[in-house]
Amino acid sequence: MNGHDFTFADTTLTALGSGALYWRAQELICVSDLHLGKSERRARLGDATLPPYETQDTLSRIEADLHRSGAKTVICLGDSFDDAAAVDAMPEQTKIWITQLQAGRRWIWIEGNHDPGPINLGGTHLAEFKIDNLAFRHIADPHQKNEISGHYHPKVTLATKGRSITRRAFLIDACRVILPAFGTYTGGLRSSHAALQSLMRPDALAVMTGPTPRPVPMPR
Amino acid sequence: MLARSDDPALLLIAPTGGGKTLAGFLPTLVDLATTSRDHDGIHTLYISPLKALAADIKRNLRTPVDEMGLPIRIDDRTGDTPASRKKRQRADPPHILLTTPESLALLTSYEDAPRMFAGLKRVVVDEIHALADSKRGDQLILALSRLQVLCPDMRRVGLSATVEDPSAMARTLACHPDPCEILVADPGPAPDITMLDAVEPPPWAGGGGAYAIPAVMAQIRQHTTTLIFHNTRAQAEIFFHNLWLANSEGLPIGIHHGSLDRQQRERVEAAMQRGELRAIICTGSLDLGIDWGDVDLVIQVGAPKNVKRLVQRIGRANHRYNAPSKAILIPANRFEVVECHAALQAAKDHDLDGDSRGPGPRDVLCQHILIRACAGPFDADQLYREVTTAGPYTALTRAEYDDCLTFCATGGYALRAYDQWQRLLQRPDGQWQLRDPRAAQLIRMNIGTIQDSDKLKVRLRRTRGGKPLGEVEEGFAASLTPGDTFLIGGQIVRYEGLREMTVEVSRERGRKPKVAVFSGTKFATSTQLSHRILRLLAQDDWPDLPDHTRDWLRLQRDISQLPQAGQLLIESFPHNKQEHVVIYGFAGRNAQQTLGLILTKRMEELGLDPLGFVSTDYATLIWGLEPLNDAAPLFTPAALREGLDSWLTGNTLMKRTFRASATIAGLINRNSPQARKSGRQATFSSDILYDTLVKYDPDHLLLQVTREEAMRGLIDFGRIEEMVARVENRIELRRLPRVTPLAAPLFLEAGRTPVDGTAQERLLAEETERLMQAAGLTS
Repeated sequence: MNGHDFTFADTTLTALGSGALYWRAQELICVSDLHLGKSERRARLGDATLPPYETQDTLSRIEADLHRSGAKTVICLGDSFDDAAAVDAMPEQTKIWITQLQAGRRWIWIEGNHDPGPINLGGTHLAEFKIDNLAFRHIADPHQKNEISGHYHPKVTLATKGRSITRRAFLIDACRVILPAFGTYTGGLRSSHAALQSLMRPDALAVMTGPTPRPVPMPR
Repeated sequence: MLARSDDPALLLIAPTGGGKTLAGFLPTLVDLATTSRDHDGIHTLYISPLKALAADIKRNLRTPVDEMGLPIRIDDRTGDTPASRKKRQRADPPHILLTTPESLALLTSYEDAPRMFAGLKRVVVDEIHALADSKRGDQLILALSRLQVLCPDMRRVGLSATVEDPSAMARTLACHPDPCEILVADPGPAPDITMLDAVEPPPWAGGGGAYAIPAVMAQIRQHTTTLIFHNTRAQAEIFFHNLWLANSEGLPIGIHHGSLDRQQRERVEAAMQRGELRAIICTGSLDLGIDWGDVDLVIQVGAPKNVKRLVQRIGRANHRYNAPSKAILIPANRFEVVECHAALQAAKDHDLDGDSRGPGPRDVLCQHILIRACAGPFDADQLYREVTTAGPYTALTRAEYDDCLTFCATGGYALRAYDQWQRLLQRPDGQWQLRDPRAAQLIRMNIGTIQDSDKLKVRLRRTRGGKPLGEVEEGFAASLTPGDTFLIGGQIVRYEGLREMTVEVSRERGRKPKVAVFSGTKFATSTQLSHRILRLLAQDDWPDLPDHTRDWLRLQRDISQLPQAGQLLIESFPHNKQEHVVIYGFAGRNAQQTLGLILTKRMEELGLDPLGFVSTDYATLIWGLEPLNDAAPLFTPAALREGLDSWLTGNTLMKRTFRASATIAGLINRNSPQARKSGRQATFSSDILYDTLVKYDPDHLLLQVTREEAMRGLIDFGRIEEMVARVENRIELRRLPRVTPLAAPLFLEAGRTPVDGTAQERLLAEETERLMQAAGLTS
């Protein structure tokens, strides 16, 4: 697996180049902010239509990570669906695909602001999930520690010699890990944004995704 | 003209200013003079490529008709016509309707089209040379094939400026299998063209021609009215600004280009016609036959890129048929001195350029099918017979046609499961119709083949209703931060913010503007002109060229060598701690750009870690981390072909080409009743759609169309093949210690394209390690 290993709350975790978080000891993969069904929702709301294949794209990237890692547990860290109706509108084929991915695995849907409440798909639906000493929730709670969250879609831009390079990024400090968005149709929030600045400690690291994930002090 | 008025189709070729438009109307006027009181509905349809031209012809036609006291009703109908007048025209059509290809296509989409065109006798297509080379022309000819069925007696007349291949144009216009005769008028006296010999030599790179301002000012003073052509809108704006600063006497000088607001353009046009302006700065928006009265000098700033266009532009000067036109070429940089010189010789030799077009593109046909469906149910066999009478589509096979029909009906294999692309259904009686009649509105809103890059309106803030100043490209607007200044319509404005789809600005006095980069069309130097340039470079010496350029070429020959037609010169040298490669392909800007993309991909595979490239009409400069020591593996035809094929799947230019075709074919709607989709949204969605089709349905009709388009236009792979055929395997790689004279200007070129790949990962690795070390975090 191409990944960047780091220690968080005495646990070794791996930030994968794809934007997923891998916990080897638990055989667990965590992905955040899939926003499945975004194009369908936009079409439903009368916004400009986006083509529909982004769900396939997102799922095929999850599938690839699952195959490579052989993970037994999957946590979708909230905003997995663009809204509750997006689940119902999902083509049968896609639902079958998700069911196939779930087969033989523990699958946990964490609620997000886009998809609060239960959804009509297999798996466990939780507001948050604790395993060992780590808590998985959608939105970071500034008063908590040892938590893993998503929601902000962090990204990082670096000015290198000659050009600047932007990548989706993990944000990591002693208290929390914030995952980048995994979904195909998701924008990003720069790490220099005030919301992320106030949430992350001054010594936070960012791990930029890409062919080789690379750590860098979180740009401020 | 009158003798030939019963020909089914006739092409009249005359130089600009030959009075051919009136000639085209002559049979109509004669006919209507006797029958106008009895004639119901449209007698003659006039189609021009420009809205402004339609309005202009309306004025020019009005005068003789009124003088003869004929009760002939003439009206124009374009995108600018108010809805109330359009409605009236449909209820009670004028005798002569002046319109554009897009407005005509829209008219044919209405269910009452058969009634509206019932009495149609003649169609006059003006400036057909400006249409025949583009999809607008294909759409027009398809619309005519529809009209021909509604009005079997309809006669076609095409009016064209001088072109290189009249018979090809006649084949386009004809209603096959009927013939189209050609009438060629006397070309008139040869034009008087010179190249500006300015005191100051032109700069090494760039395209503004600012160095020539004093000389241009002097010419304006000596002439009654001067037209100053530029190749891009941005250059026209900057030039206008500088000219105005140098205009100490306050001579009346105006600017006219396609990004300006319509009202502003009309004001300039009106002032021009009243003879109030001494000079007008313009772009292709004035290429066509609007009658500007007393123009006695044409100045072309920047190399003309294409001899045919140069000749047509020069024809704008002196609208009297028997006097020679006077024109001055101003090369904008050192290389353009060579190019202008070659163009000048070509114009003198009447050696016009032009690339033959392949068969009519199928995306336009798809749109035509949808338009036909809007007008009511249709029979597939009948429509096939109809479209194959259109010149560009005579060779269309039934299978190709059926592909298009299937695409219109279902969106194609990969998209058949999605409701929004299920548009046609076949009725029990075999006829095809719209599945949902409400779809007609959406189809009508998206008629047209012009791919305007995405523009935002610019308005002054805090003026009531906000006075529009013009438009800028979305990409340019996105690069602005509040407080930035730029030029539009000759004034400097300050960017305040973006509100919905409008750029809000305030006036700003006396500051140097941030350069307006909204680009307009960038033309590539034509194949014929490129060959002429190579022949010119092959001379032993260049006594006709100015000393500065002559010395430059001699120096290049001493240090390296000059590019030649029969071989491909490649220079490789280090500069500024990076490695550089220059490929002198002379294949035109677009093909050189494509070459850059393919070669950098190949270099990536060979471990040369390219970082980026920049292209001009004659060369591509690539920089990277490793030197190129063997060029052969890069240039085999197979490698290039493979480059195009593999690169087909991922490249942004390819995606842009796809987006254009997908928009024309109706797969993506630019306009919807809810809201206009912004350019970025359209890009976003078409890119994913493209990736999807490549993955799941690689033979999809629109991918086939995209591959065909890749041979010309933005990708222009045809020119790369031409280059490879020309040099065969004679590749001359020169390893040099430093930058060569001919390569130096490339370092100043704008429009650098970065390459994503190993080099990027290397840079990212270096930078992240450096930052981690600086933070004391290295493991």
